[in-house]
Amino acid sequence: MKAEVKELPQDVMELQMGPSHPATHGTIKFNLKLEGEKVLDCDTEVGYLHRGFDKMSEQGTWAQVIPYTDRLNYVSPLINNVGYALAVEKLLGVQTTPRCQFIRVVVSEISRITDHLTCCGMACSELGAVTAAFYMIEARELLTRIIETLTGARLTVSYVRIGGLKHDLPAGFAEQVHAAFATTRRLLEDCDKLLSRNRIFIDRMSNVGVISKETAVSYGLAGPILRSTGVSYDVRKSQPYLVYDQMDFTVPLGTHGDNYDRFIVRIEEIEQSIRIVEQALAKMPTGPVSIEDPRIVLPEKEKVYNSIEGLMHHFKIIMEGVQVPPGEAYQAVEGGNGELGFYVVSDGGGKPYRVRVRPPCFIAMGAFREMIRGYTVADIVPTFGMINMIGGECDR
Amino acid sequence: MAEDRPQLDTIREKLGAAVLDAHAFRGDDTILVRSEGLLETFRVLRDDTALAFDFLSDLTAVDYLGKKNPRFEVVYHLLSLGGHRRLRVKVSVPEDSPEVDSLTPLWRAADWMEREVWDMFGIRFRGHPDLRRILLYEEFRGYPLRKDYPVNQRQPLVPERPLAGTFVDARSNNKLMQLQQQLQQKKAAAESSKR
Repeated sequence: MKAEVKELPQDVMELQMGPSHPATHGTIKFNLKLEGEKVLDCDTEVGYLHRGFDKMSEQGTWAQVIPYTDRLNYVSPLINNVGYALAVEKLLGVQTTPRCQFIRVVVSEISRITDHLTCCGMACSELGAVTAAFYMIEARELLTRIIETLTGARLTVSYVRIGGLKHDLPAGFAEQVHAAFATTRRLLEDCDKLLSRNRIFIDRMSNVGVISKETAVSYGLAGPILRSTGVSYDVRKSQPYLVYDQMDFTVPLGTHGDNYDRFIVRIEEIEQSIRIVEQALAKMPTGPVSIEDPRIVLPEKEKVYNSIEGLMHHFKIIMEGVQVPPGEAYQAVEGGNGELGFYVVSDGGGKPYRVRVRPPCFIAMGAFREMIRGYTVADIVPTFGMINMIGGECDR
Repeated sequence: MAEDRPQLDTIREKLGAAVLDAHAFRGDDTILVRSEGLLETFRVLRDDTALAFDFLSDLTAVDYLGKKNPRFEVVYHLLSLGGHRRLRVKVSVPEDSPEVDSLTPLWRAADWMEREVWDMFGIRFRGHPDLRRILLYEEFRGYPLRKDYPVNQRQPLVPERPLAGTFVDARSNNKLMQLQQQLQQKKAAAESSKR
């Protein structure tokens, strides 16, 4: 019997992946041009979660922007809080108390760990490694609980204030963190055994989504994606803010710039963040957590209720906002996914004139076309996973 | 506030007449440059070995409606990866012809960030390969981050945009037509009550 050979169609197929596809978590759409399985071109459509962060920020007072920043990268909201507060403090020309700076470092690093755990865990689960994913989510849950005991919320924390923090650490915080880290380390060891030398995992991750050093710099990529190519750029090291210059940690670097390197860089960074938190907790100075300036920080409730000055200061800050001198400032912090910058402009009032956030995810998604071109449709899943696109931050 | 910044002297020396103003505030160096020959200015900033601002970290704009003339400022934040230095470069953009050179030939990061500025401020970038709206949709009217765009502005309904080869649900078009009919009926009723 003669088998009938049919000509397979060879023309370019257009496929729209997303905006609600299991792998495009965070609502994003890829308009793909395919030749069989091969991706010839990918036009990324973003903006499904656009809420007008910049415009909203111009409506309220300086302090009222802080809850909005929680909703940017909602996997590590405390880093956004810290970045915004630092930018406004830079414009005000004030520096917070030593204890506040140490606490900000601690909460930033715990947030970075949750960010990396979410990214790596989700990427694993999308590749079918659900066990490892749940180990990571378990570790993240422990840390989220710590954030909950500290701030009262799991995601929408609004913990940092301009000029300080909402309140001090709760009793027994350090012990809770150490216990959580012990479990996290154990869980990550298990994940390492499950994944790092796993043939299937390496086949899916290694040499996929490769980007060269020069291209990564040209695209403005930062964070784990840039470091996976071997460029040593970490805001905490290159332009230390808070008390990062007093901490002993290394910046893990990759060599190939592929998804596997990004994964390993993130996992290594978790260990470094744990080290930073341990050091910061050991060195934690005592003292107030906010500066004592009634023009910037709200007075204690006792003063508000019992003294006319306290009531006036409270009223002024709530009704008119912190008076920020005219000018502009750009403050970058190292977010979970790279350089998170806040550019704030003041025209000398209680309201921001312009708040711009440099969103690392948005910029990374701009380079997605470059990362995926020439690979297969199945490679979109790990590549997109390792970018850790967070809709709230990408679309603002 | 005058701060002594050696970096600004070097930049003035290298860029010459392209720099209109240079100052430092709260430790941030800022230069205001001419919009003519913007691409060349940035090429010098990127490629000169003494400056070496090889990383475009941010690109945005600010609308100074009624505060400054020209109205807009496009703001670039550059970073030198090797030197750990930052620089803010600003260029003024007039209201009647909001257009500046695109930096896409120098940094590919400029692609999306310039699209966002076009989307939000309506500033065109000369030489951009694909200047489309990015966060909003093509039918959006106006530029929301301009100061004269009201915060509670409503946008008109947009008919469904069928893509070639995709399945279109006829019911959704019907629904839109129904809404439009209802709107027209309301308008007619309002006009007749006026009379």
